[in-house]
Amino acid sequence: MKKFDKPTLSIDSWQQLKGFTRARIALGRAGSSLPTKELLDFTLSHAMARDAVHLALNVAALAQDLEEQGFSIQLVHSKAPDRTSYLLRPDYGRQLDQQSRRQLQAIKLATAFDSVNLVIVVGDGLSSLSVERHAKPLLTEIKKNIPEQWKLGSIVIASQARVALADEIGELLGADIVIMLIGERPGLRSPDSLSIYMTYAPRVGCSDADRNCISNICSEGLPYETAAKKLIWLAKEAIRRKLSGVALKDESSVQEIAVTDQLKKLLKPE
Amino acid sequence: MVYRFSVGASRYSFNDLKDLLAKASPARSGDCLAGIAAETYAERVAARMCLAEVPLNRFLEELLIPYENDEVTRLIVDTHDKQAFTEISHLTVGDFRDWLLADSTDSISLKRVAAGITPEMAAAVSKLMRNQDLILIAKKCQVITAFRDTIGLPGRLSVRLQPNHPTDDPRGIAASILDGLLYGSGDAVIGINPASDSLPALMNLYYLVDEIIHRYDIPTQSCILTHVTNQIQLIEKNIPVDLVFQSIAGTEKANKHFGIDLSLLREARSAALSLNRGTIGNNVMYFETGQGSALSADANFGIDQQTCEARAYAIARHFSPLLTNTVVGFIGPEYLYDGKQLIRAGLEDHFCGKLLGVPLGCDVCYTNHAEIDQDDVDTLMTLLAAAGVTFIMGVPGADDIMLNYQSTSFHDALYLRKVMGLGVAPEYEQWLKNMNIMNNEGQIQPVEPVHHLLQGMSNHLLTFKAPIEKV
Repeated sequence: MKKFDKPTLSIDSWQQLKGFTRARIALGRAGSSLPTKELLDFTLSHAMARDAVHLALNVAALAQDLEEQGFSIQLVHSKAPDRTSYLLRPDYGRQLDQQSRRQLQAIKLATAFDSVNLVIVVGDGLSSLSVERHAKPLLTEIKKNIPEQWKLGSIVIASQARVALADEIGELLGADIVIMLIGERPGLRSPDSLSIYMTYAPRVGCSDADRNCISNICSEGLPYETAAKKLIWLAKEAIRRKLSGVALKDESSVQEIAVTDQLKKLLKPE
Repeated sequence: MVYRFSVGASRYSFNDLKDLLAKASPARSGDCLAGIAAETYAERVAARMCLAEVPLNRFLEELLIPYENDEVTRLIVDTHDKQAFTEISHLTVGDFRDWLLADSTDSISLKRVAAGITPEMAAAVSKLMRNQDLILIAKKCQVITAFRDTIGLPGRLSVRLQPNHPTDDPRGIAASILDGLLYGSGDAVIGINPASDSLPALMNLYYLVDEIIHRYDIPTQSCILTHVTNQIQLIEKNIPVDLVFQSIAGTEKANKHFGIDLSLLREARSAALSLNRGTIGNNVMYFETGQGSALSADANFGIDQQTCEARAYAIARHFSPLLTNTVVGFIGPEYLYDGKQLIRAGLEDHFCGKLLGVPLGCDVCYTNHAEIDQDDVDTLMTLLAAAGVTFIMGVPGADDIMLNYQSTSFHDALYLRKVMGLGVAPEYEQWLKNMNIMNNEGQIQPVEPVHHLLQGMSNHLLTFKAPIEKV
């Protein structure tokens, strides 16, 4: 019986360059197309990113976890009842549903004579996975860095949330600064990246230009400690200058350190 | 003016021309989000029937945004070529479709009337078309541009090599460039979306790509996709800037949201021209657009997203770009929900761009929260290749690790060239053959580890540091 050989793949001769980037280079070819292994690898990454978008955040588990860390928790929901309407109607994700609004108004009343400096919101955003993985350790780092004289209110966990939902929450709670930790739109290589948005004197109608953003917080991105330090630097500056957003450039020393590290790496490749 | 139309016993009325255009648009989530889409299937068709009877002349009389309020409208009106329009001025929108499809309307006639077509006319007629009409007519349009190679010749498909890296690491970027070059991609441009917008970091990237292009004498051009003001500053510092990039949209207010206006684009173009870096042509601009950008900036003025998009091409046309790229699926599902909407939008954009005389390419792409996958990308890029699209993206493995979205790959370009029988830009083809990357039959061939591009570049990658010292 004649034995047939396996089909020949064209292997790219620049495999060593894979060490310089996580981009999908030197994949090789079957004819001129993707080899089966590479095709399936890509498909799996896409499937994981899709799941990150569509799997709901386990709010109860996160709340319990954070309470055990000593945080007090409020659970709220945006006006988007489900993922489909969340995806089609970004405006719904930027507003609280009625019940959540009443709930936060009640809290505001209870602490009417108390000034709340800082309100932190944890929103599922477009990746529940990133919140599940990074919210707790990041909050722990942030808490460590908050100046003693500041007051941190409850952590608000928001479902079907967009970034601007924090404005309404912050306004209702009378925050000087609201901070939103939210799941970024997942990429194939990073289905679990988290971003922080900070707004001074939050109110409904704030624009993106009023916010500062620290993005790409994940295991292979910005470390928790660096992110937390950057955030507190920005928050202090925001309080001092009474503003946030484009007028407030991130000039924190941590950033300088990060840039210097990058330059060093370039000059002395490992 | 109110437009009225009756179908059987049903009477429909449309408040004005922009309402009629919006109601006639094929369904898409962005127009629903804006609250301007047709409410029933029948209303949509009634709007199309009504639109088919509107004379093209009407578009010169009823402006979608008042002349005084919007500089894009002023540009469209002030640059309208009445001489070129004469040939089609007697037509209704419906007649215009028939005229475009007629065998007697060829590349030459389309070129002759292009400056007489406003973006609103192009958008309107596209709304009466099936996908195959969009493909057939776009295929007849020829828009040819040049810088260091010739883009847009019939039977050619160019590729923007997009070697992005999340921290702009020069070695990572160079590795992706090499990957693309060895797959025969990069004849449209080597275009990097930088993560940083600091000038020293951007300078590094310009030096990096410039060095690669000149060391290997590659007939292509570079572009760093940062804000146009950064590029003007860098040109003033004599940094090697080939093409100037900017995102543009179809209304003055939306452009303001991007931090630009027409005078800034004029300034940028003359700055780029002053460097005189093109060898065989001086199309120095690279624009990116995409349906939904005006609405997302709250600057659509009740105009449907596809018409807004066509208006952006009027801006592009005015600045004679080398390339214009509709980044069709990047904006997200609230504007284009699924594969069907994506495919339609990509074909409409390409058609409108080409009809207006813009060298339109397409970033056939999607984000992970849209109902789109690589099969939809395959369908759209194949249809666009059939329509004669000027260029597509080449991203390693279709996975952009900096912008976190999926696009088309070097492999995809090889597939399209094979299935549709398309070549690369002629100057670039010669280079690929000289470099033994392409054989005489036009096929990409494997290279040995001793290939001098691989050898030279590998060493180069490891020692690349010259620009850093200049920081």
